[in-house]
Amino acid sequence: MDGHELLDLAEQCAQAKKPIRVHCCTSTGCQAARSLEVKKALEKRVQDCQLADRVEVVGVGCMGFCGQGPMVELDSTDPQVTTTHYEKVTPEQAPSIIDTIQGGQTDALQGNSQHPFFAKQLLIVRNHSGKVDPERIEESIALGAYQALHHALFELTPEAVVQEISKSGLRGRGGAGYPTGLKWATVAKMPPGQKYVICNGDEGDPGAFMDRSVLESDPHRILEGMAIAGYAVGADQGFIYVRAEYPLAIHRLQKAIQQAKQKGFLGSQIFGSGFDFKVDIRVGAGAFVCGEETALIASVEGKRGTPRPRPPYPAISGLWQAPTLINNVETFANIAPIIRKGADWFAGIGTETSKGTKIFSLTGKVCNTGLIEVPMGISLRTIVEEMGGGVSEGQVKAVQTGGPSGGCIPSSYLDTPVDYESLAALGSMMGSGGMVVMDDKTSMVEVARFYMEFCRSESCGRCVPCRTGTVQLHDLLTKLVEGRGTAFDLAQMESLCQVVRHTSLCGLGMSAPNPIVSTLRYFPEEYQALLQPDRWRIPATVP
Amino acid sequence: MAIATKPDQDQPVSQPSGAVSANAPMSQSGSAGAAGSKASGSKAAKPAKATDSSAVDKRFKALDLVMKRQQYRQDALIEVLHRSQEIFGYLEEKTLLHVARSLQLPASHVLGVATFYHLFSLKPSGEHTCVVCLGTACYVKGSGDVLNALEKHTGIQSGATTSDGKVSLVTARCIGACGIAPAVVFDGQVAAQVTTEQAIARIDQWRGDA
Repeated sequence: MDGHELLDLAEQCAQAKKPIRVHCCTSTGCQAARSLEVKKALEKRVQDCQLADRVEVVGVGCMGFCGQGPMVELDSTDPQVTTTHYEKVTPEQAPSIIDTIQGGQTDALQGNSQHPFFAKQLLIVRNHSGKVDPERIEESIALGAYQALHHALFELTPEAVVQEISKSGLRGRGGAGYPTGLKWATVAKMPPGQKYVICNGDEGDPGAFMDRSVLESDPHRILEGMAIAGYAVGADQGFIYVRAEYPLAIHRLQKAIQQAKQKGFLGSQIFGSGFDFKVDIRVGAGAFVCGEETALIASVEGKRGTPRPRPPYPAISGLWQAPTLINNVETFANIAPIIRKGADWFAGIGTETSKGTKIFSLTGKVCNTGLIEVPMGISLRTIVEEMGGGVSEGQVKAVQTGGPSGGCIPSSYLDTPVDYESLAALGSMMGSGGMVVMDDKTSMVEVARFYMEFCRSESCGRCVPCRTGTVQLHDLLTKLVEGRGTAFDLAQMESLCQVVRHTSLCGLGMSAPNPIVSTLRYFPEEYQALLQPDRWRIPATVP
Repeated sequence: MAIATKPDQDQPVSQPSGAVSANAPMSQSGSAGAAGSKASGSKAAKPAKATDSSAVDKRFKALDLVMKRQQYRQDALIEVLHRSQEIFGYLEEKTLLHVARSLQLPASHVLGVATFYHLFSLKPSGEHTCVVCLGTACYVKGSGDVLNALEKHTGIQSGATTSDGKVSLVTARCIGACGIAPAVVFDGQVAAQVTTEQAIARIDQWRGDA
C-alpha cells in the first residue's frame, strides 16, 4: 500500500460512515453499568424503526465521564438532528434516544457538553476516544490512523524523527518525566543490531486508569506510535506489557494487532518500505513493581519481576541485553500527532518545561469522576473545582497525585499549576496521572497507612531498605492510628523515611515514604493529635 | 510470532522441533502427564482435583499444546502459567514441575515466578470468586467497609475460601474502574458502586444454590 492508497482507503472508510452515528461507550467502567444491554436496545430500536440506512450504533471507547456512565452520544452530520450526549442511560431509556432522531421525546438524562468538565479539556491523545470503534481498524483509518507512520517512513530519516520528538519537548508520561527525545536518541545511537521497543502498560497505581482507557479506546494509536519509535531507533520488535487486570484492553489490542497486520501496517516491509516491525503482547500477573522499567524487562523475559541496579540503563542494555526503548502508553499515544502536526505545534501547548497535555483520572470524593485531558499548566483548582465540581459535601481537604509514589497536596495549594516541576516542589509528583480528591472526612494518617500497606505488600523483597523499611513504617503508622504511638515513634518514622528513600534500589522503595513525608509536611496536626504522652525514657541507672 | 533468537543467552533456546522431541522422554521419566495415564481410570471428579486419568491427560495435553504454540520458549513462562491456571484452576506442584521440565527451566525458577506474581494461586480456589477492589478511589469511597463486612459475614479473611468451597474472597489493588468506585468483581463481572448489602446478598445467593 502506498500513500495514495492509504488516503483513498481513509476516504472510503469515512464515506462508509452513516450520517447519524449513535456512540455507545463499551469501556470497562460503562460495561459494569450495563452499557452492553444499552447498546443492544439501541440496535434493536434502529432495526425496528427501519433506520438502518442512515443510523448506525457504534460501540466506542471511553468518553471520559465514567462516573455518569453509561454514556450515549448522538453524533450527527444530518442538519436536522443535533449532536448531543446522554448520561446514565438505562436499557429501558435507550429506545427513546433513537426516537429523538424522528422527533420523539426521551426521558434519558441529557448531558451538557458546555460543562467545564468537557469544555476545559484539550484533546490530543484522546481525540479519537469515544469516536471510533476500537475493534474495527477502518474507523481509525477514516480518522487518519497510520498516516503519520507513512509520513515518517517515506519523508523523514530516523534521525529526523528523533529530532522532531526532541524538539516537541515531550516528556515521559509514566511519572518521572524524562525527555522522550533524549531517550530515543540514546537508543538510536547504539550500534545497529537487535533492539527492542517496549510499551509500558503496567498501570499499577491505584486510582489511575488512563492507560487502560487509551488502550481500550484507541489501540491503533499506540501501535502506530510504537512503529514510528521502532523506525526511529532501529528496532524491529515491539512488546506491549499490559496488566492482566485489564482483560478488555488485552482483547482489543490483540484484535488491533491482527487487523493492522492484515492491512500491512505491521509486520514485514511496512507500506512496501524496507522497514519491519512486529508487536507482541505480554500479559502481567499482578505485580506493581513491574511498572519499574528494569523489573518490567525481567517480567517480559519470563522471570520474577525484580528490578536491577541502573546503570546500565535499558537504553544501553535492556531486554536480553539489547538496547531497549521503554515508554509509557500515553507517551506513545502522543507520537503520531506530533509527527503529523509537527513539533512546533506540540511545543506551543503547555508550559516552558512541560509541553502538551496530560490525562488525569479524576476520582475520589469529587462530584464528576472520570478522565480528563488538560493542557499542562492548568491549575489544580480548575481541575478539582470547576471540572470536577468540587466535593459533594464538606470541603476539599487534599488532592493526592502520583499514586503510592506521590503525595498529598493540601487545598491551600490548589492554585499550583500542574506541571512536572511544580508538583515535585510540593513534595508530590505528576506520576502516571491518578488524581484522588479527598474531603475533610478523610484522615490523612489513614491515607498514609493505606499507601504504606500497598508498598509493603508490593515490595519485591530484593533490597533490604524497601523490604523491611516498608514493614516497619507500616507498623509505626498502625501504632499511631490505633492511638498507641508516641513522639518517639513519630521521630523514628521520620528518620526511617529518609533511610528508605535514600538507600532503596528502585523507584518503588525510593518513593514509598512520599505519602508519609507529604502528609507530615502539610497535616502535622493530625499526627500530633494521635500521640500519647511519651513514656519512653532512659533508665537512670544501668544495673 | 515472537523473536526466535535471544542474544547473550547462556544456552541457545531449543528449536521447536528439538523441544518437542526433548519433551517426550521427559514425560516418560515421571512427568505428571505420563504418571497420570498409568493410573487406573476412576470417575471424573471436580476439575480442580487432578486424580482422574482421562481428565488429567486432557488437561496436560491442553497445557502441552499451549507450550508447543509458544515454541517452548523459556520467556513464555508467565503466559504458560496463566494458561495452566486457566486449565487447572490453580497451580499445583505437579503442574509446575511439568512446565519446568517442558521448558527446560529449573523447578526453583518456575516456583519462584509462580509465587512472585499475585495472580498465580497455588491453592485451589472456590467455585465463585469475589474480588473487592482496594484501589485508592474505591478505598476513599468505602470499599474497605465492604470488605470488612464480607469478612465478617463469611467468617474468612481475604485470600481464603469458605469451608464449603463455594466462595473465595480476594482483594485487588486497582482494577482501573475508579469512575464507578467502589467496584467489586463477582466471577469476572465488574459491578459498579457496590454497597455492603448488595455484596452480602450476592455472596448469600452463591452459597444458597447448592
